[in-house]
Amino acid sequence: MSSDGAPPHRLPERDRPWMMRTYAGHSTAKASNELYRRNLAKGQTGLSVAFDLPTQTGYDSDHELSRGEVGKVGVPVAHRGHMATLMDGIPMDQMNTSMTINATAAWLLALYIVVAEEQGVAPEQLQGTTQNDIIKEFLARGTYAFPPAPSMRLIADMIAYTVEHVPKWNPINVCSYHLQEAGATPVQEIAYAMSTAIAVLDAVRERVPQETMGAVFGRISFFVNAGVRFVQEHAKLRAMSILWDELGRDRYDVEDERQRRFRFGVQVNSLGLTESQPENNVQRIVLEALAVTLGRNARARAIQLPAWNEALGLPRPWDQQWSLRIQQVLAYETDLLEYPDLFEGSKVMDGLVDELLDGARAEMAVVAEQGGAVEAVPYMKAALVDSHRERIRRIEAGEQIVVGQNRFTETEASPLTADAEGGILVVDPNVEREEIEALERWRAERDEGAVRSALQELELLARAEGNLMEPTLAAARAGATTGEWAATLREVFGSYRAPTGVGEAAGAGSDEDLEELREEVERLTAQLGRRPKMLVGKPGLDGHSNGAEQIAVRARDVGMDVVYEGIRLTPDQIAASALQEGVHLIGLSILSGSHRELIPAVMQALHERGVETPVVVGGIIPDQDVAPLLQAGVARVYTPKDFELNRIMHDLVELVAHPAGGNGHAVAPTPALPSA
Amino acid sequence: MTTTAVSSAALGARLRERDLTAAPAALNLLESTTPDAREQTAQLLAELSPAALGGEAPGHVVGVTGPPGVGKSTLLSALLAAWRGAERTVAMLAVDPSSRRSGGALLGDRARVEFDPSDAGTFIRSTAAGSRLGGLAPATRSAADALAVAFDVVVIETVGVGQGETDVADAADTVAVVVQPGSGDTLQFLKSGIMEIPDVVVVTKADLGTLAQRTLRDVRASLRSLGSTSTRALAVSAAPPPRGIDELVRALDEHREAIDVGERRRRARRRAALADFTLEFGERGVRALGGRPQLERWVADQDPALDIATLAMRLGERALLELGEGGRPQ
Repeated sequence: MSSDGAPPHRLPERDRPWMMRTYAGHSTAKASNELYRRNLAKGQTGLSVAFDLPTQTGYDSDHELSRGEVGKVGVPVAHRGHMATLMDGIPMDQMNTSMTINATAAWLLALYIVVAEEQGVAPEQLQGTTQNDIIKEFLARGTYAFPPAPSMRLIADMIAYTVEHVPKWNPINVCSYHLQEAGATPVQEIAYAMSTAIAVLDAVRERVPQETMGAVFGRISFFVNAGVRFVQEHAKLRAMSILWDELGRDRYDVEDERQRRFRFGVQVNSLGLTESQPENNVQRIVLEALAVTLGRNARARAIQLPAWNEALGLPRPWDQQWSLRIQQVLAYETDLLEYPDLFEGSKVMDGLVDELLDGARAEMAVVAEQGGAVEAVPYMKAALVDSHRERIRRIEAGEQIVVGQNRFTETEASPLTADAEGGILVVDPNVEREEIEALERWRAERDEGAVRSALQELELLARAEGNLMEPTLAAARAGATTGEWAATLREVFGSYRAPTGVGEAAGAGSDEDLEELREEVERLTAQLGRRPKMLVGKPGLDGHSNGAEQIAVRARDVGMDVVYEGIRLTPDQIAASALQEGVHLIGLSILSGSHRELIPAVMQALHERGVETPVVVGGIIPDQDVAPLLQAGVARVYTPKDFELNRIMHDLVELVAHPAGGNGHAVAPTPALPSA
Repeated sequence: MTTTAVSSAALGARLRERDLTAAPAALNLLESTTPDAREQTAQLLAELSPAALGGEAPGHVVGVTGPPGVGKSTLLSALLAAWRGAERTVAMLAVDPSSRRSGGALLGDRARVEFDPSDAGTFIRSTAAGSRLGGLAPATRSAADALAVAFDVVVIETVGVGQGETDVADAADTVAVVVQPGSGDTLQFLKSGIMEIPDVVVVTKADLGTLAQRTLRDVRASLRSLGSTSTRALAVSAAPPPRGIDELVRALDEHREAIDVGERRRRARRRAALADFTLEFGERGVRALGGRPQLERWVADQDPALDIATLAMRLGERALLELGEGGRPQ
């Protein structure tokens, strides 16, 4: 440290800042490319591509399930033409691109490689990351496409391929981020992420020679979260780096210390961001950024920060610029990067790290006992739903203080949300139609025979054995689309629905708060002649099911029968279920911004079947969208500021007892956000 | 809610004409316990009784049961596809346990079982078992009886192994117990007689290879040691590519062809009527009518085509005669 004569409390030279990114992309490849270029001009040093939900789940813009989702939470990329537009004017040999892509990661990486070739850039030069962690998709984020076993095969194939051909690429970002968003405690976050990494590495070990395992291990990176309890969050990162080093040494015989280094990128917490007094989120984001930068021994390699208004809707470029500036102030104005690790020898930090290590090791043993992360998905999912339920209970009970939400709620009117659109980005509703038309033109102009035969090759190999990257690259070159690639594999692998965790979730911890509601439900049961029955589900492709799960669990805990339908439902499916199940109430959750299209479509489908059941909607619903939803026949709209689940339950009971009564924007849930 | 006050006579007629769209309204009625609904329920069941139909309901009632995690949902997804592929209409009654503390339930089968939501020939209804022991919801049996009038196949899916499937055995023509490779518990239950001998044993996850085959051999050995010669045991793999599903469909069909459906259902109806009566009037009611053997003989002498509710009602009337108004249950 002090070889240059610097004193032990100073670095000989200031550290280089971490890579700064903004999770961005919306509407079209062209619009997103313009946004990227502007962001890079503002001093952003890497790209973080947000894909729209159809692209993430393997559907083209014209698929039934894509309705309302095209270009919403990210950019649609269906073929190499889109990828070329997205990267237009951005030198791919110099750029470091992170792609939040999982089920279709192999496909999007193939498009990226093919477009780089078109730019004259060789695969060996490419730098970046594909998220590619399917287990957390089953657990928390919901954009899976194939069953667990073939999903793991795709991941292992990609890792084996990139280690050889795209050596600077991080083929997988093991994600603890989404686990925290789904309610994980720090111990669960560490244990489940490490267990996921073990499952991946074990699968790769079967495909590569042992001498390559060091290189493989060295290419595995992590995508971590940080909440506002920033001291403990920093300890968490230190604990993870210790575990990772041990794992490399003991389980995979990795001898080179550098290959065992814990490398991670960060997006800080969205779960704790509030809709009420949203300006307070800026402070939260700053503190969370400190959690991942403060100690040099566990500092993030890349950071992207959420925007202050994520709980309100989709952030605008200006909102994202604010978050980039937070990073730049931290890196360039403060003295943070001038010192060695601040916590070395700290009793507090070491003690916290030890606590977390003990807890994480014990929980990892439980997962291992179940046969590893893939087999333990139902266990982990139920554990997360439980933790999240406990978190919500604490906030409801005031045991966990959230400033501006359950304490210090008096506020002046905010000038930040005073504009006509409420301070958020609204995607042009014509985008979907234009994308579909463009897609039809693409299909008409390409060499159809070449596409068919490339997809056939893919199918043949999928049915047999062998690395799927080569035929995937061939299909990308031929001009196949995201939906075609995924449909080919769905045909072979079958489709899959992940466990919901709600059935296994334990009953309410404390019954006291629920007694009154249970009595209300019993009275309603007597009035109806059967127990009130509620349908809960998520229309569209948004997989952030935490809010819907918590509503389902609480409704069960107050005594209702709850048909939990899970994610990815079409309006027709919801209407058919409501009719067949004979429910008294329908609760729908949408966080992707597609409520404007999907909710009226659900109302229409119900109407066509003669179902008059009241419908309530929860999610990230901007203020100006509430009135149109109520006009479409929705009985109640709940947004993140309605955090008291018991008040919602009371409301729902009333609604079933007096279906015609009251109409309005009420109080209540969905504390999860459609981010990274 | 979609109840636009439908008369039970009209509903009964629609089900008899095999109008599948009558199913939701019929179930709403059958599950309801208001005095008015109970009266209509009795009417509806009488409309659909073997007496009114002139024979047993044509549908095949199949019970599928097994512990959590053995792959019932995947198996049912494959069975649904096979039945629908053969153009047989299917109603599925999925029963989940209720919370003892709140009385509520999370009904997750709709999300777990794969089916085509736009297909008018598939009907899925999730129900909570309520406080009742035996694994079935209070209305499941009458629902199965009613749906068997209109649908080709009625599946009752319940969770559990052990004592849970006695009820299913009474409600279904054919009971299939699902086990996964290496599940010693189920075999223990089977050998020790805690579990009734099922009609069909299905070993799932046959793609696991030798482990599945070994489990299948163990199941067959246990069945032989119990002296059961009629129970079929087979291994299936419901995940793609599916294997053994067609054989399973055949085994279920062959079981039904081999049994006297009328006799099985009559016995089941009598047992169920006695159980319902006992639940309502307690042991006091049983004693008032001369004890259990006496009651069983009386029930066996009744018109074999009577439905459960009518049988139970007649038992109740007799008990009231003996006990006077004071014997009326709360």
